[in-house]
Amino acid sequence: MASLHLNAATTAPSQHTKYPIVTGTSVLGLRYDGGVMVAADTLCSYGSMAKYKDARRIRTVGPATLLGASGEYSDFQSIMDMLEGMEQQNDNFDDGHSTDAQQTHSYLRAVMYQRRSKMNPLWNDLVVAGPNFLGLVDKIGTTYTDNFIATGFGSYLAIPILRKKWRPTMSEGEARGLLEDCLKVLFYRDCRALNRIQIAKVTEEGGAVVSEPYEIETDWSAASFATTKGGLEGDGGW
Amino acid sequence: MASSGSGYDLSPTTFSPDGRIFQVEYASKAVASSGTSVGLKVKDGVVLVTEKILTSKMLVPGSSRRVHGLDRHAGCSITGLISDGRQLVNRGREEASNYVDTYGIRSPPVVLCERLSSFAHYFTLHGALRPFGATAMVAAYDEDEKDYSLHMIEPSGQAYKYYGCAAGKGRQGAKTEIEKLDLQALSCEEGLAAAVKVVLQMRDDNKDKPMELEAGWCRDGKYSKVPDGVLKDAEKKGREELEEEEDMDEDEDE
Repeated sequence: MASLHLNAATTAPSQHTKYPIVTGTSVLGLRYDGGVMVAADTLCSYGSMAKYKDARRIRTVGPATLLGASGEYSDFQSIMDMLEGMEQQNDNFDDGHSTDAQQTHSYLRAVMYQRRSKMNPLWNDLVVAGPNFLGLVDKIGTTYTDNFIATGFGSYLAIPILRKKWRPTMSEGEARGLLEDCLKVLFYRDCRALNRIQIAKVTEEGGAVVSEPYEIETDWSAASFATTKGGLEGDGGW
Repeated sequence: MASSGSGYDLSPTTFSPDGRIFQVEYASKAVASSGTSVGLKVKDGVVLVTEKILTSKMLVPGSSRRVHGLDRHAGCSITGLISDGRQLVNRGREEASNYVDTYGIRSPPVVLCERLSSFAHYFTLHGALRPFGATAMVAAYDEDEKDYSLHMIEPSGQAYKYYGCAAGKGRQGAKTEIEKLDLQALSCEEGLAAAVKVVLQMRDDNKDKPMELEAGWCRDGKYSKVPDGVLKDAEKKGREELEEEEDMDEDEDE
């Protein structure tokens, strides 16, 4: 008769996020001489299906903060709504004060940690950038700041490249080139990535600017892509 | 006031025999004794200017504001009791933010003002409540219609849409001056200059208490406070023009 003891509390559907549904993949960020840059592709996947190819995952928060998100896209939208509401409240005061990247980073840490403590996390890893700030907040409220940051697959595929190539004195052009190289590698090796990308920068003078999406060139003629592996039949693809 | 004090003015829930609600009229009196406010809808926006009467020489310039932002696309000026007005401002902000959260677009000016006027009106319906001693002029942009609008919400809960309106001490004279303007030909800058001049014109500097001007405008789809420098310039220009006109009048008299 044990089954009769199942009550509503144990059979009711769970009310918290157990896994993400529509997801964005890696976000990359790095400091360069004069500012900070953030890059991501514009794909949102539904499981393994490449479903939305124009999902803008880097947004501005106020005049001089960038927020890039990987993970559940709807959670990111809800975070943006929240931040925009707070920004409006702040603007209404009209007292000359505004929230900078470091404060936004700290606030998001509090939000993410509170949500994970309620066993109902916002399923995102967030990259926050300001003119002289680059930090990460993950879905459980862990934070760090660094000279370069990568979320998701990027932490395996882009970080090694960034460790080798990054210099604090990089020019804007070099920084852009390095990020494009990293995103290209991610597109080759991360099945949830796309070659349509956005690169954003934030500087003291120009504030936060997000580029329109554009496609990066790819070359699939490398031997590891073109030739067969393990003596198998076929064209070398998966 | 014929029936004043005869027991019909104790509560907004009581009509007088001739159909008036004295508590609401008294609330309007509180507005009528406040500094003059002017609102103008011009060619490319809306301008709000208000005269903040300074109650003490020790006040910090720019404190206890009368012009407030409600949302990205809307702002309002307060005439009357500042603290009553702030109640309207807070409600306006709440309504504006609720609207965006619910519908994903900025609140249309008419909706925002209707909700604010319902709020003000509610306070005229209960014996336990007191009507607001404040009038709010709302300048807003309709993001759908791509159009600007100016509304004035009064203590009674009345809210009309205006091309030009005035409230406070100098409202009668101000209205006469506004009627002389060709509003649709004015830019925001010209509208600001005109509104500032009207407010200054209603003053008698020898008699009236010191004041500070405050202004906000809605232009390019957005509401903002008029920058201090711009307002100072408009005030200086307005004073000069008024002096010139006065001198000319005197010359004619001779």
